[in-house]
Amino acid sequence: MTSAPTPPVTTTAGALVDGDDTPLAQRRLSRLEKRAIATKGKLTSPWASGLAIIMAILWTIPSIGLLVTSFRPALDIRRSGWWTVFGDMFTGDAEFTMENYETALFGQSTNLASSFVNTFVVTIPCVVIPITLALLAAYAFAWIDFRGRNVLFVAVFALQVVPLQVALVPLLSDYVSWGVNGSFWTVWFSHSIFALPLAIFLLHNFMKDIPASLIEAARVDGAGHVQIFFRVLFPLLVPAIAAFGTFQFLWVWNDLLVGLTFLDPAYRPLTVAVAEMAGTRGGQWHLLTAGAFISMVVPLVVFLLLQRFFVRGLLAGSVKG
Amino acid sequence: MDWLPDWITAPGTTGEKFSVMFVAIVLFVVIMAVLLFAIDRPKRVPGWVVAAAFAGPAIIFLGYGLVRPALLTVWYSFLDRRGNEFVGLDNYVHAFTTSQFQQVLVNTAIWVLAVPVVATLIGLVYAVIVDRSRFERFSKALIFVPMAISMVGASIIWRFVYEFRPDQPNVQQTGLLNQVLVWLGLSPQQFLIGQPWNTAFLIVVMIWIQTGFAMTVLSAAIKAIPDDIIEAARLDGLSGLGMFRYITVPSIRPALIVVLTTIAIVALKVFDIVRTMTGGQFGTSVVANEFYTQAFRQNNQGLSSALAVLLFILVIPIIAYNVNQLRKSEEVR
Repeated sequence: MTSAPTPPVTTTAGALVDGDDTPLAQRRLSRLEKRAIATKGKLTSPWASGLAIIMAILWTIPSIGLLVTSFRPALDIRRSGWWTVFGDMFTGDAEFTMENYETALFGQSTNLASSFVNTFVVTIPCVVIPITLALLAAYAFAWIDFRGRNVLFVAVFALQVVPLQVALVPLLSDYVSWGVNGSFWTVWFSHSIFALPLAIFLLHNFMKDIPASLIEAARVDGAGHVQIFFRVLFPLLVPAIAAFGTFQFLWVWNDLLVGLTFLDPAYRPLTVAVAEMAGTRGGQWHLLTAGAFISMVVPLVVFLLLQRFFVRGLLAGSVKG
Repeated sequence: MDWLPDWITAPGTTGEKFSVMFVAIVLFVVIMAVLLFAIDRPKRVPGWVVAAAFAGPAIIFLGYGLVRPALLTVWYSFLDRRGNEFVGLDNYVHAFTTSQFQQVLVNTAIWVLAVPVVATLIGLVYAVIVDRSRFERFSKALIFVPMAISMVGASIIWRFVYEFRPDQPNVQQTGLLNQVLVWLGLSPQQFLIGQPWNTAFLIVVMIWIQTGFAMTVLSAAIKAIPDDIIEAARLDGLSGLGMFRYITVPSIRPALIVVLTTIAIVALKVFDIVRTMTGGQFGTSVVANEFYTQAFRQNNQGLSSALAVLLFILVIPIIAYNVNQLRKSEEVR
């Protein structure tokens, strides 16, 4: 993180995490670290463990309620609280069903299956395009000398704090005049742009951390910028790309504002569809809970599989929006 | 764009949707590849051409899609609702003087103050506790999960917690919170309707989400405190709360500032939660929600632009505080 102009919100968050996430298993433990682990073992107190677990469970109860409810028959949901199923399971009265999910996914009026497809179609280009553009720009800012480089970089960096609300109305009138309003092209374009400041900034920091001697050596061997970028830098940047990619994937997946503003109802993503269900069928909890869970299942899987990248990306990108 | 086949702008089936997605990605990749190939072939290319090929596309995108619209929005904020007539600061005056918008501003202020303070406090306490607990990874993961899901999903989870049933003998509460009230012998409440406390119940949702962020950053900072400092403090007889107050908190000051300001910015822009839980009714609206309503429901371009600009202006003091505090803590060292 060398040439960051001012102490920015994101660098510090990024740096804090970077310090922490070298996996212990990958390098040999020094004596000090072994001692630290040993003392830690002595220091864990049963009180702290108990308190930590209780709080973690309290934190999870609301989500459990949603998950349990989504599998209960609609009539039961209206009649009794979800916590009663735990008692009913002993007496054998608890009933579970997949019907809520079937109705939510394939029902005539809800049709979340099509929203699920839309969310994928929205999200994938919105990850690929900004990462590619940002990688190239970050390379230019880090390793190509040109006039006005620092001024431009500071400008890009500063754009991170611009709330995307300021861009929505003018962009929408552009899309209308181009005749693409309501189509997927609008969100691909918008999300890609909104992602760039953060992406360029993060990837630039990672690129700057690569030793200059490596690039010099490649240059001496006669490699041009394009070759250096693809042969030398790209392989080293895979973790950074994964971190930002995970962040961006989830950001777009979970976004409501951009999808709501630009997309035609026929192409509405899950978040928009579920938010709409909450507005028009506030009392139909069997559909709402199933719908909400359908919209959450992919982020949860990503979270479980890519926890390390995910946490790093989320922390680094948390001011976005 | 009439010359394009229909499915490019208006795909109907799932297959067409994925095809147009594929086309978009391939188109993008081909353009970028041609660009890079073009500058890589000739032996002597001037430096600025290479720089333009690498940085140019991103700069053009940003200039066209972010800077230009932002400037336009600033201009629109001085125009009337249709964008025809110059009205000076009228939109801003309206936003600050009508009682409806004053409520919106007060609500936003409450969000910006309450969410970061409470979430950071809980996150800090939890980070300290979990540091000495046995199931550290597992507990941390559970607290962090709300960060992974959408705010729409989180809002639905909590709407269900707050669900209200009329207080009648044979009606059972289905919302957990009201059931707890009933178990305690109290009468159930309409949490999302009763003013002014409903804003507080919306804020709880954001705190629930952001605590995981605060906890993760602060926990990393706590682990980075050098062992010898802790050892020295222990030899001086510090322990428990004293250690927390005089060693832990001062050592992680920069991290605390980053967490506070980051969450404050997120809270300032809150939209999804308010829209999903109350739709901004019952006196819960905030600036970002009002922006959406004015821009796309009321079609008041002037006022909505003023609100968007206001959001941007309100970010600046938070960033300034962040930069200022971080400078200070660097001077101390």
